Amino acid sequence: MTSPIAPDLTATGRMPAKPRVGVWRRLVRRRLALLGLVIVAIVVAGAIMAPWLTGYDPNEQMFDGLTIEGSPLPPSAKFWLGTDLLGRDLLTRILYGARTSLIIGIVANGVALLIGTLVGVTAGYFRGWIGSALMRFTDLMMAFPALLLAICLAAVFQPSLWIVAMVIALVNWVQTARVIYTETSSLAEREFIDAERTIGASAPRILFRHILPHLLPTIIVWGTLGISTTVLLEATLSFLGIGVQPPTASWGNIIFENQTYFQAAPWLVFFPGAAILALALAFNLVGDALRDILDPTQRGRA
Amino acid sequence: MTSASETVLAIADLCVCVRGEESEREVVSNLSLTLGRGETLCIAGESGSGKSMTALAIMRLLPQPAARISSGAIHLGGTELTTLDERRMRHIRGNRIAMIFQEPMTSLNPVLSIGRQLTESIEAHTGLSRAEARQRAVEALTAVRIPGAESRLRQFPHELSGGMRQRVMIAMALALEPDVLIADEPTTALDVTVQGEVLELLRDLQQKHGTSVILITHDMGVVAEMADRVIIMRHGSMVEEGATSDIFARPQADYTRELLAAVPRIGKRRDPDSALAPSAVASTSSSPPRGEGGPQGRMRGPSAEHSVPVAVVNDLHVRFDLRGGVFGRVNARVHAVEGVSFSIAPNETLALVGESGCGKSTTAKALAGLVPYSGDIVVGGRNLSGLGRDERKAVRRDVQMIFQDPYASLDPRMRVGDLVAEPLVIHGIASKEERRERVAALFDRVGLSAGQMELYPHEFSGGQRQRVCIARALALRPKLIIADESVSALDVSVQARVLDLLQELQREFGVAYLFISHDMAVVENISDRVAVMYLGQIVEMGTRDQVFSSPRHPYTKRLIEAVPVPDPARRRSRFARLDQEIPSATRRIGEAPLKLALSDVGNGHLVAAEG
Repeated sequence: MTSPIAPDLTATGRMPAKPRVGVWRRLVRRRLALLGLVIVAIVVAGAIMAPWLTGYDPNEQMFDGLTIEGSPLPPSAKFWLGTDLLGRDLLTRILYGARTSLIIGIVANGVALLIGTLVGVTAGYFRGWIGSALMRFTDLMMAFPALLLAICLAAVFQPSLWIVAMVIALVNWVQTARVIYTETSSLAEREFIDAERTIGASAPRILFRHILPHLLPTIIVWGTLGISTTVLLEATLSFLGIGVQPPTASWGNIIFENQTYFQAAPWLVFFPGAAILALALAFNLVGDALRDILDPTQRGRA
Repeated sequence: MTSASETVLAIADLCVCVRGEESEREVVSNLSLTLGRGETLCIAGESGSGKSMTALAIMRLLPQPAARISSGAIHLGGTELTTLDERRMRHIRGNRIAMIFQEPMTSLNPVLSIGRQLTESIEAHTGLSRAEARQRAVEALTAVRIPGAESRLRQFPHELSGGMRQRVMIAMALALEPDVLIADEPTTALDVTVQGEVLELLRDLQQKHGTSVILITHDMGVVAEMADRVIIMRHGSMVEEGATSDIFARPQADYTRELLAAVPRIGKRRDPDSALAPSAVASTSSSPPRGEGGPQGRMRGPSAEHSVPVAVVNDLHVRFDLRGGVFGRVNARVHAVEGVSFSIAPNETLALVGESGCGKSTTAKALAGLVPYSGDIVVGGRNLSGLGRDERKAVRRDVQMIFQDPYASLDPRMRVGDLVAEPLVIHGIASKEERRERVAALFDRVGLSAGQMELYPHEFSGGQRQRVCIARALALRPKLIIADESVSALDVSVQARVLDLLQELQREFGVAYLFISHDMAVVENISDRVAVMYLGQIVEMGTRDQVFSSPRHPYTKRLIEAVPVPDPARRRSRFARLDQEIPSATRRIGEAPLKLALSDVGNGHLVAAEG
């Protein structure tokens, strides 16, 4: 009836200490994360090397880029991804457009994340009147149509790539702030935060050393999700004429310029769309892996 | 009780596997047992022994998809349960086997009324109409001694106290008159006085209906009180099986003996050399007496009285405002702590006991600076309320805290070495290398190895984590350590070792403890003086012997009587019962609670007048 006595669990730790392996090496070791990194690297390289990768000018309307009837050309040996309505090479425009979209996707999204986190953490940890004030303001921003706000802001400032990035950041931080606020306020209730206070830890120490690390997974998830939303928001703004000004290419405005011709020339929407999808997916894969790697309680699990 | 003439439930060679990180792990191995009609079988064991998994396997409610029954058979009467399809299993659950869980709040749906939940389960299993089901529900609630059953049906779970909720769970389980009732730690989350009532209720109902009960518990006191037969489990296998009286009187397996020896009992100090403590103190301390010292005539030896108290708490009040109405005005207050006064001498352990909601933890939090308070807290001769922020931080170094749940009180994303070093970093003590050495020494002192400094909290067992917390509290060499239910979450054998460690450290460092606990047996083992709290006030305070040998206040008496005794020979037929529910500490503005006056009944034994 009795079986061999199992080792005494109370006397041993679960496992001996594993050698510390760098975050980077653990990231590269995961296949999906590596795929994500490769895609991101390709997009970045493509954006930087655009002038050397293609022989065309992104804004040049080529005479042989259109059929006799004036329709765009499908992918061919000469124009790999075809041409757009104005006879410009689509591959060239996507490569140059990557510059705009990366800046929007990373800078605008990054700034939005930063503002959102700051507001959310402050409101969630300190509560009181400052918390209420910040969160009511966030609710107000949420209720206000984002596009309308963006149009107002863009109308006030002279449209340029950086202004567009800032406008997007100012519109997009609200969701992050909400989520971070909720997480912070539940974290602040946890007992280990009380324990920190009993040993005399100051508020900045608790915030940076003990609360932020726990928010990292959320920040990473929102950050990667935000990339596709911001790229598309930029496209919307471009379409309304207040985004990046034509003829400068961005992935978003390529789609918007051409979407009405979707049935006649599907490649015009398909390729930039695929690019946005791939970039968002790539960041998602990397972010997902980072989240697991940075969480010590997940160590040793597949 | 009824002999196991007719077998209701039989388990043969049951194995339960859980898919782990790398491979499948057996959490229950080759368990065989039988349960007779009307019998109470206790499955006892420490955490990880597989006792709950066994219960879930019988109910076929193992966590999916990780856990599964890998082999064996479970026969309920003539039905083999392991191969039954889900639809027919659903019919068995509730109808023929019912289960009560540990936490009554989480097992009741918070958005449905009690009545709806009760009638729904009755309707689902019987062909009764709604009105008939409702009638049955009222009967069930009456059977579990819930007053005003009819009106209770409209209430929601949060409107009931913990004991009431567990009674509703029992009512729900027994409404369908199942053959087998599985109770998984049914009283662990309840206060002792309520625990007694619930146990008695279970026993009475069982006798009336002839239900067979499988009672799963870690508490040997509950086992002694309830069981006909006992199965002791460890690491998934049965260690010993036998009649209750045999197990307690003549345990066969070594493990059973250890388990029984580790159980704290009232009236029997576990650690004989703790008696050495007072004499050790006498040689080290020689400070002159101070006005506000502890009560005179303490049994503890001369030392503690003649030294400056580590901490003095005088007329402490903690109240939480409740806001309501359109303008969010304060319209009521929770009077968590109402005028508590005590002092703690160096090297002394003062225990603060009471049931949940009595304000003992809030008192601790006020002392640790976690909640705002009014009144005076004097630490090392300095009143905290008059100090600036930096000075307060310096004084706070002398008061450290160990929480109940070591896992919750350690940041899961930090290495334990860094966690223990953190107090030193915050207070700017020692260089980096020195800190490392100090932490290593602390690890060594609390029985961990320096090599474990690199690990994260989740890589330790519960007892080890509490050791980390103790090391952390010791890092600043405090004069007072507040231990808030610090051993309550640990298994008895681990609990005994942690208590030993605390006593050793006290002898070595001369630190004083404010030991907060609901467990009278543990308190009796570790404390020098005891203060009993009830509804935010101290109702009785004195030395351990005064309080335990001659308790004066009725509440103290009830607390001591309610503790289940781990000895089947001393089984009680009736438990101490509360006349009514403990009143709420929430009061409307202007309705301050009556302040109890403490009077000395001799040798510093303070007792509140009965109110």
